[in-house]
Amino acid sequence: MTRFLVRRLLTAVLTLFAVSVLSFLMFFGLPRDPVSGMCPKNCNAERLERVREELGLRDPLVEQYANYMKGIVVGRDLGSSQGGRCDAPCLGYSYVNSEAVTDTLTRVLPVTLSIVIPAAILWLVLGVGLGMVSALRRGTVLDRLAIGFSLTGASLQLYFVGAVLLLIFTYNLRITPVPGYTPLFEDPVKWASGLVLAWFSLAFLFSAIYARLSRAQMLETLSEDFVRTARAKGLAKRKVYGRHALRAAITPVVTIAGLDVGSALGGTVITETTFGIQGLGRTAVDAVRAGDLPTIMATVLISAVFIVVANIVVDILYATIDPRVRLR
Amino acid sequence: MGKPEPTSSGVPDDRQSTTAADSTGPYLRVTDLRVRFDTEDGVVRAVDGVSFGVERGRTLGIVGESGSGKSVTSLAVLGLHNAKRTTISGSICLGGRELVGLGEEQIRRLRGRDLAMIFQDPLSALHPYYTVGRQIAEAYRIHHPGASRRAARQRAVDMLDRVGIPQPAKRFDQYPHEFSGGMRQRAMIAMALVNDPALLIADEPTTALDVTVQAQILDLLADLQAEFHSAIILITHDLGVVGQVADDVLVMYGGRAVEHGTAEQVLRRPQHPYTWGLLSSVPTLHGPADADLVPIRGNPPSLIDLPAGCAFHPRCGYAARTGGRSTGEVPELRPTDEPGHLVACHLPAADRVRIRTEETAHVGVQS
Repeated sequence: MTRFLVRRLLTAVLTLFAVSVLSFLMFFGLPRDPVSGMCPKNCNAERLERVREELGLRDPLVEQYANYMKGIVVGRDLGSSQGGRCDAPCLGYSYVNSEAVTDTLTRVLPVTLSIVIPAAILWLVLGVGLGMVSALRRGTVLDRLAIGFSLTGASLQLYFVGAVLLLIFTYNLRITPVPGYTPLFEDPVKWASGLVLAWFSLAFLFSAIYARLSRAQMLETLSEDFVRTARAKGLAKRKVYGRHALRAAITPVVTIAGLDVGSALGGTVITETTFGIQGLGRTAVDAVRAGDLPTIMATVLISAVFIVVANIVVDILYATIDPRVRLR
Repeated sequence: MGKPEPTSSGVPDDRQSTTAADSTGPYLRVTDLRVRFDTEDGVVRAVDGVSFGVERGRTLGIVGESGSGKSVTSLAVLGLHNAKRTTISGSICLGGRELVGLGEEQIRRLRGRDLAMIFQDPLSALHPYYTVGRQIAEAYRIHHPGASRRAARQRAVDMLDRVGIPQPAKRFDQYPHEFSGGMRQRAMIAMALVNDPALLIADEPTTALDVTVQAQILDLLADLQAEFHSAIILITHDLGVVGQVADDVLVMYGGRAVEHGTAEQVLRRPQHPYTWGLLSSVPTLHGPADADLVPIRGNPPSLIDLPAGCAFHPRCGYAARTGGRSTGEVPELRPTDEPGHLVACHLPAADRVRIRTEETAHVGVQS
């Protein structure tokens, strides 16, 4: 287990290194002038020149990259126009936002986490629950309803579902407030009510996929020999399903869920845009629009971190569920 | 196995068992069992009017190709068919208690306690995520709700020891994938016997195993039967296995019984052309070494659309000698001149005996 973790962490670092090199090359190495997009309004030639100087764009690419990585690990000194000393993890300075990128991220990251984690819990419980019930009640009205639900969920788009929910609950029924983000520890009720529509739209779409997946998995598991053995022992159906079938059926769901949550944490652009909430996803899109290179870099890196971590978590969970998988 | 031995199991029996009717006939009595499945393609008559009985301490071998209805019969006895899509009629009488029509909860209480089952492939029949010991202990605790975790563990370790698994206490905590094929089947047997069932159904228990291990498992079953005095139904397509362990043999074809009698009668003096076919396709040690095996031509029939008349007639080499009856009339299972030997064939009895002695004299399994 320890050996597995060490090895996985090493590969994770390597992966992230590769991601950072590639994205750095892509954004900073291309023959275009990154400064014109970054510099605040009313730039004159002299100001542009100074910004280029302070961003270190005149240095060789390797040195720029080394400086960038050094900033992440130990921090570095940026020019006075970039706020001077930048502590680790320093991801550079954004002229567009007029703040250090790390500060932007510390502000928007909790927003995305607040959207994704409760939504993920909702969609897993709803999706897996629905899938299991419809597998066990195969062919009944309940099963048909569940299949209809997943078909609907799979065919709809988030901006549509979100807009409909907004229209109904916020503008017509006035049950929920206009969506927005309030930090959880400031006011939990406001936090929840501002995000609840986002949770449910995400959960609706995802749980549709998970319902279908877990239904199929459960049906497959129910035809396994060991389920028949459990029944032949005289185990009550409820326990056969709960103890023997569920555990086997849930394994592939765990894999997909881990990867989905990982990539959702990297930014839920459409959700954030639909509900007008400034999270990681929208920050990334804004940065791309404004050509805000340090912010783009940072959001790419952080999404990569989420995916890599999610992968490791999935592997560990897998080995916990299935003893045949040995972590070496 | 199956030499009737005095009951000497000596196992404390705290339950209200169905074994009381032991002395009044076979422990399991199946009469005119019919199992039908409703499918989209039509009604499958998987078992169509089968009758047999098994006494405690004896072994019945049910033989047939896949699709002959032998596994369906055993699952019907355990009540494991999906009640919504299956129609079961006839009578399954276990120790004096009628199982057909019994509610799920009542039959569940019997399952694993009075009747238990061993499946063909022990790797897929054991749950891959739970330790072998835990699965055996679970089987014990279902029917002994008062038993502590420790008592159940002890019982499971004892059973593992009893079926010949070395270091049972250590093996208890291992997963099925850490067992070899033969050890897994021993563990399955331990699980099936953990509650001292009076009836054990073994569905192709040796098919997935090495030949050398097969013999060990069959010996083990025979030993355990002598010890626990249980009735065993052995389902197989392997006539060698049947010859080795069965007291009685039931040959099934297309969901019907075609021949039924003692192992001696069915294997040494078979009267049904299908049984001849089965026996001719088994290699024998007695004939010339280069003698060809004679397969039964054709394929097993579809249970949705059985051939009219005798279901075997399209594959039967002697159908022409029945004067057309084999295509028009379903043969009934009738007594032969040997007591207890039944056969369902339109051929006149004298013809059958003559054909067997003249044309298929080389077939037969040492029993």
